[in-house]
Amino acid sequence: MKIAITAHGEDRHATVDSRFGRADHFVLYDQEKDTWDTVPNTQNLEAAHGAGIQAGQSLAKTGASVLITGHVGPKAFKVVHAANIAMYSLGTLSGTVEEALAAFQAGKLTLIAAPNAVEINK
Amino acid sequence: MLISIASGKGGTGKTTLALLLAAAHSNITLIDCDVEEPNCHLFLQPEWHGPEQAVTIMVPRIDSDRCNGCGACSAICLFSAIAVSGKSALLFDELCHSCGGCLLACQQNAISEEQKVIGTLMTGTAASHPGIHLVNGTLKIGTPSAVPLIRRMKQESLQLTGDILVDCPPGTSCSMVNAVKGSDFCILVTEPTPFGKHDLELAMNITHLLQIPTGVVINKSDAAAGDENIEAFCASRQTPVLAKIPHSLSFARQYAAGCIPVEFQGIAVSIWQQLTSEGGARA
Repeated sequence: MKIAITAHGEDRHATVDSRFGRADHFVLYDQEKDTWDTVPNTQNLEAAHGAGIQAGQSLAKTGASVLITGHVGPKAFKVVHAANIAMYSLGTLSGTVEEALAAFQAGKLTLIAAPNAVEINK
Repeated sequence: MLISIASGKGGTGKTTLALLLAAAHSNITLIDCDVEEPNCHLFLQPEWHGPEQAVTIMVPRIDSDRCNGCGACSAICLFSAIAVSGKSALLFDELCHSCGGCLLACQQNAISEEQKVIGTLMTGTAASHPGIHLVNGTLKIGTPSAVPLIRRMKQESLQLTGDILVDCPPGTSCSMVNAVKGSDFCILVTEPTPFGKHDLELAMNITHLLQIPTGVVINKSDAAAGDENIEAFCASRQTPVLAKIPHSLSFARQYAAGCIPVEFQGIAVSIWQQLTSEGGARA
């Protein structure tokens, strides 16, 4: 199983990024092989709209089945959900990617069952 | 003659000027392109010519049985309105710009088009001013772009003869650009404040880019407040100041009560005279 964690940097020592659509990177951990990988999410940092949709598609291509992030908007949620990727919330966690992974493996993170990004007027 | 009234900054008096100019004309069509908050009708109290017409745009419809998830539609879309995730394409029609690219890109014939309502259009004649015909558009709440509705309203005017006034939305983004586009002359309404001047410059850059002859009206004019800053700026851009509308409590009172005051009718008449000679000089 591959686990994706949104991060400000490229490796497991990087700080987690609570944003999904405009996260800097997805740091990926392969549980079976015990290896790390990284996918940049910079293609849509400048996008006016649809950043979450693009990020969702990029994530789906990585083959990850778990996403650990802070906030997922309604459009991104639809895309990630359709790709059968389970979303987990960082909650108040703001440490490194490794710490987030440990918290997930210890069962401390809660499932994101509905879009939880702040949206104005909704 | 098609005359657009724009400003950049909101609240400078576009609608006020549009109504003043319309009331000083014997037979004119006023298009209220401020479709997010149309309010010319509040002053004109029109008798509508018929029920409201729905204005629609085309958006794709995805047949998930035919879709094989190849991603060609998503790759061609510049606005991320289609995503491929899981087994098939997902549509986000609020981001769609109706280009039809996805229909051409799909090799599975899985995409067709359907209509989506974005607003309504009504036409009418002012009860108090039978010489003023109004085209009123109302954008459906939550619709991201007013552009298709504004284009549809301006299309309506193509069938008309005679003078047309376009009351534009504020700002300098797509909706304002589409509202002023194609006009023979654009009047930019400003106020003698740093904000009025700043946004006037932005709006003037747009009319310059579109090569639309432009003039300025200084509303809430006050020599003590900074009229000369606006005038100096207009002179530096070789743009005429067509009129100054002074601060007037009696005018504001009547306007706030929903009336078109006669107080500055002389100013409106003088603007029309300048527009006709300006238009004639350029024709």
